[in-house]
Amino acid sequence: MADRQTVPPEPITAADGTPLKKKLAQALFRSRVRAASLVLPLFAFIMASFVIPIIALMWQGVYNDTFSSYTPNLTEQLKVWDGINDPDEVMYAALVADLKTASADRTIGRIATRVNQEFPGTRSLFTRTARKAKNLKPPFKDSVIKASKKWDNIEVWRAMKITSQDLTPGFYATALDGRYTVDQGFISQDENRQIYVKLFWRTMMISATVMGLCLLLGYPVAYLLATLPLRTSNLLMIMVLLPFWTSLLVRTTAWIAILQSQGVINDLMVYVGITADDARFSLIYNMTGTIIAMTHILLPFMILPLYSVMKTIPPSYMRAARSLGATPTTAFIKVYMPQTIPGIGAGGLLVFILAIGYYITPALVGGQDGQLISNMIAYHMQKSLNWSLAAALGGILLAGVLLLYWAYDRVVGIDNMKLG
Amino acid sequence: MSKLTKKIIAIAGASVFVSGAAMAADLTVVSWGGAYTKSQVEAYHKPWMAKTGKSIVSEDYGGGIAEIKAQVESGNVTWDIVDVELSDAIRACDEGLLEQIDHSTLPPAPDGTPATEDFLPGTLHDCAVANIVWSSVYAYDSSKTRNWNKPTKMADFFNTKDFPGKRGMRKSPKVTLEFALIADGVPVSQVYDVLGTEEGIARAFAKLDTIKDDIVWWEAGAQPPQLLADGEVVFSTAWNGRVFNAKNAEGQSFEMVWDGQIYDLDLWVIPKGSKNKEAALDFLAFSTATEQLAAQASWISYGPARASSVAKIGTFHSDPSIKMADHMPTAPANFKNALQNDFEFWADNADQLNERFNAWLAS
Repeated sequence: MADRQTVPPEPITAADGTPLKKKLAQALFRSRVRAASLVLPLFAFIMASFVIPIIALMWQGVYNDTFSSYTPNLTEQLKVWDGINDPDEVMYAALVADLKTASADRTIGRIATRVNQEFPGTRSLFTRTARKAKNLKPPFKDSVIKASKKWDNIEVWRAMKITSQDLTPGFYATALDGRYTVDQGFISQDENRQIYVKLFWRTMMISATVMGLCLLLGYPVAYLLATLPLRTSNLLMIMVLLPFWTSLLVRTTAWIAILQSQGVINDLMVYVGITADDARFSLIYNMTGTIIAMTHILLPFMILPLYSVMKTIPPSYMRAARSLGATPTTAFIKVYMPQTIPGIGAGGLLVFILAIGYYITPALVGGQDGQLISNMIAYHMQKSLNWSLAAALGGILLAGVLLLYWAYDRVVGIDNMKLG
Repeated sequence: MSKLTKKIIAIAGASVFVSGAAMAADLTVVSWGGAYTKSQVEAYHKPWMAKTGKSIVSEDYGGGIAEIKAQVESGNVTWDIVDVELSDAIRACDEGLLEQIDHSTLPPAPDGTPATEDFLPGTLHDCAVANIVWSSVYAYDSSKTRNWNKPTKMADFFNTKDFPGKRGMRKSPKVTLEFALIADGVPVSQVYDVLGTEEGIARAFAKLDTIKDDIVWWEAGAQPPQLLADGEVVFSTAWNGRVFNAKNAEGQSFEMVWDGQIYDLDLWVIPKGSKNKEAALDFLAFSTATEQLAAQASWISYGPARASSVAKIGTFHSDPSIKMADHMPTAPANFKNALQNDFEFWADNADQLNERFNAWLAS
């Protein structure tokens, strides 16, 4: 008995002599490779068109080498400068050398724009001095200051020191209404220039309001869709889907026609006598307009997940609750509603995340107090061309969404979500 | 092959051919759209196409240098020649986004004066050649009965007591802040000195605060005439040529208030790496010749950038009784209290003031 136990069991082999375990692993590996190669195109597509661009953009929010790449000599000097003592002759000489090259290569505008972001009002100082650079004679400190007295201001040099650092927290500081300086570290922005934190809050508030309104309006509709006889509910479904399939721009413009002060609603109210002709309601080009239009546009994203969940709830549950003595309200709250929570979660999250990034609708109907943070990001991408700041703002927005997603997962549980 | 299939293939082939032809235009000219682009098509594009036999695709945009920058930096330049504002031309040139333009290639005036002397002072730049002088003014619809006297001054625009109602303004600190200071009593000659100080900026915003709740912001040049015609606003700042055309070509009864007007240039620039640079340079020289600039002035009330063209300004294309010279921003009657947009001030302070303007809007 004892002997037999110590003898290792003969491995089971396949027809060609290889151990069965190995053979099985090979077969599994092959099928796994096959499965992976089917997913590979999608994976490559997502990496190339989604993940890598996002990482590249995030990187732009903390990395900007515009200044250092066009002013190699000066950057070298600024690195060793302490930011307290007056800049010396060597630094001025480096400045003149770099300005000369930049002027010849027509890169001076990029340098000037970059420094101007840190220290407004210095753009022309650079472009103007660069134009004179080839005629400047040593000692450079005197001749540069003679060309423009502003060079004597140590703040200009501090701003250059900041911009000469490729890796900078400056854009994230700006995106949070702060500033990053050489001598004081992080300080907060002048009060009359603070805007981003306020806009982040407003974006959250408007998104939450839109989500709430969508739930309020969408829940009964989804309930009807799920419970009405097929013939009626199909018609209702078409009424939900038809606007869903209509272009976003068309729907937004339609709201302009309806809500503007000479529009349908105001005309009607004047006609009925609710308001006077010269005191029409401002329903558009403000926050009200943004909320109304966004609620309408995002409503299907709430209704459809709710509907798909409600469709699976057997009507017998409600009947059972009623037959056991529950009032309609109790039966609804205790029996029906808890079962729709996956749908509420899915719809709410979907609407909220879509709303947070909304930008065309607020741009068209938002006026001044209905603008969201995404409008600011678009502004920095398209108008001010400060892509690094746009990237920082986008990064914060992305972090916010991920945080909310995480919180949702902790509170409700992401498995508890049903999208369709 | 059935008849139907053949037909479908033929149609598909034809549509491919058509879109192929559109793609293969010899020159893409980009401008601000509306009545302004129309004036350029009539005065520049059509004669140039007739002369050279080449085709032009005309595109619209809303100003700024973002698209030019994106095209140049991605190495895929699809715009060949673009109509830009002065401050943008200078900035794009400094950033190396534009081709340099040799001024000696520009045609001389009919009397032989070289182009460099014929163009008005400040209209020729390293990378840009001006075609028109345009102006920001404010306008109102005189057909609507209102209980007020005719507005005559910039201050009236900010006076909501005597002139109640909504006002349209361009959503940009540029021009808006200057208007506010002029209305607040700053002489036009000192506007940029005042605006260069913290107190001056605060003063401009304080003046804007007085009408903030009554402002409807516009962004495209075609919007102000629409806002006025719809009765959405009682006053609107606008570009003078747009108001002129709405009045004379579309029969609106708009009036302009020239007091405190701010004039600026529009210039042609060629993005660096344009695939049709030769054609673009040829078009640029052709369109800024004395004849063409004068011809454009009969389509829209923007002043030509050449002295020799100013003398040749004719009448409105559809109404010979309208002498265009009287409607130019530079006409003596209109030019009494005018301010030239200071491109250097805006190149320096645009970022800062935009930030502050946005913060002010959101507050």
